[in-house]
Amino acid sequence: MSQVTMTVNGKEMSGDAEGRTLLSQFLRETLGLTGTHVGCDTSQCGACVVHVDGVAVKACTMLAMEADGASVDTIEGQAAPDGTLNALQQAFQDHHGLQCGFCTPGMIMSAADLLKNNPKPTEAEVRHHLEGNICRCTGYHNIVKAIMAASGQDVSSIAAE
Amino acid sequence: MYNFDFEKPSTIADAVSALGTEDAQALGGGQTLLPTMKQRLASPSKLVSLKGIAEMQGICTGDDGALCIGGATTHADVAAGAGAYAGLAGLAAGIGDPAVRARGTIGGSLANNDPAACYPAGALASGATIVTNAREIAADDYFQGMFTTALEEGEIITEVRFPVPEASNYQKFEQPASRFALVGVFVAKYADGVRVAVTGASEDGVFRWSEAEAALSGNFSADAVADMAPSADGLISDLHGSAAYRAHLVSVLTRRAVAAAN
Repeated sequence: MSQVTMTVNGKEMSGDAEGRTLLSQFLRETLGLTGTHVGCDTSQCGACVVHVDGVAVKACTMLAMEADGASVDTIEGQAAPDGTLNALQQAFQDHHGLQCGFCTPGMIMSAADLLKNNPKPTEAEVRHHLEGNICRCTGYHNIVKAIMAASGQDVSSIAAE
Repeated sequence: MYNFDFEKPSTIADAVSALGTEDAQALGGGQTLLPTMKQRLASPSKLVSLKGIAEMQGICTGDDGALCIGGATTHADVAAGAGAYAGLAGLAAGIGDPAVRARGTIGGSLANNDPAACYPAGALASGATIVTNAREIAADDYFQGMFTTALEEGEIITEVRFPVPEASNYQKFEQPASRFALVGVFVAKYADGVRVAVTGASEDGVFRWSEAEAALSGNFSADAVADMAPSADGLISDLHGSAAYRAHLVSVLTRRAVAAAN
């Protein structure tokens, strides 16, 4: 066991980790941040996407020790401290961008990564960027619509309500 | 996965030293190695992360005009930074998905030499030089069959040098679940001839399709290879596609790559 320290959602946090402890496991089981979901554990589904030093990665396919000293952002850090949703989260609510909600943390974190680098993506760019995020309810249309809306674009012509 | 020791050295010398331990294994981005370890198909005693080595990061242009890419450079960084070699940047931009590209590295991909990975096709078609902590290896000598390379135990890919072609393109027919290449073809046109490398298709891993190279070196157009396909002998046959189907894909993707490169 070694001590691993990272800045999670702006706050320094530490815990013990083995070599094999995954970042997803460390966030969920050691730090208690269970918003990061583990769907497949094989880096296919994207439910575990978090940002490490500002870049979206799959937390199930990164070691906790690899993130030692890094800045990590998770779904828990997206809303304001008083619970007010950020623009992307609010758009998911407004446009029914979730059904069961299991994939949502990863969808939000992947979408935030996209919008940071490409503030006005086309629908095709949104769909392409989400190729590593799988929604088991197949609710993609409204996820795409929510992301387009969060980027300030007119979504009246996108997909079906 | 089984437990292991973890080290993250900051110099190549320290990494080589750390890899001297029995059953130690270098860790690039871990996008293949960690899933393999979860399946208990690999159980190293120690992982040595190469991500902390600054001199193995980034892209530059050498004195001879070649593109030099550090072994620990991620696919995302190659996609964004290898604009001087559009075919290679396009290849990197199509690997896996955005989160995988943010972690996976060129050195890791080439060291693993998965028979369906994209980078082996890019390196072989470019006649790239694989630079390690110990020596320089020509791509033609480097790839030695499925998951097999010229690398010795504990040898690290520190840099890969790509001569920049006049025209190039990579076409991948994706296996949609894994996003690996069912078949991928990289075409690169140099002043002294055209090189065509195929991944995903052969039981011997990445290979050069010499008949197509000869035809394209004389006439760099899709018509030059219109009626050609490699023999299906020795090609992979599995639940995703028969050997004959893969041979057909090689033909189609080669034509598409040439058309896109022109």
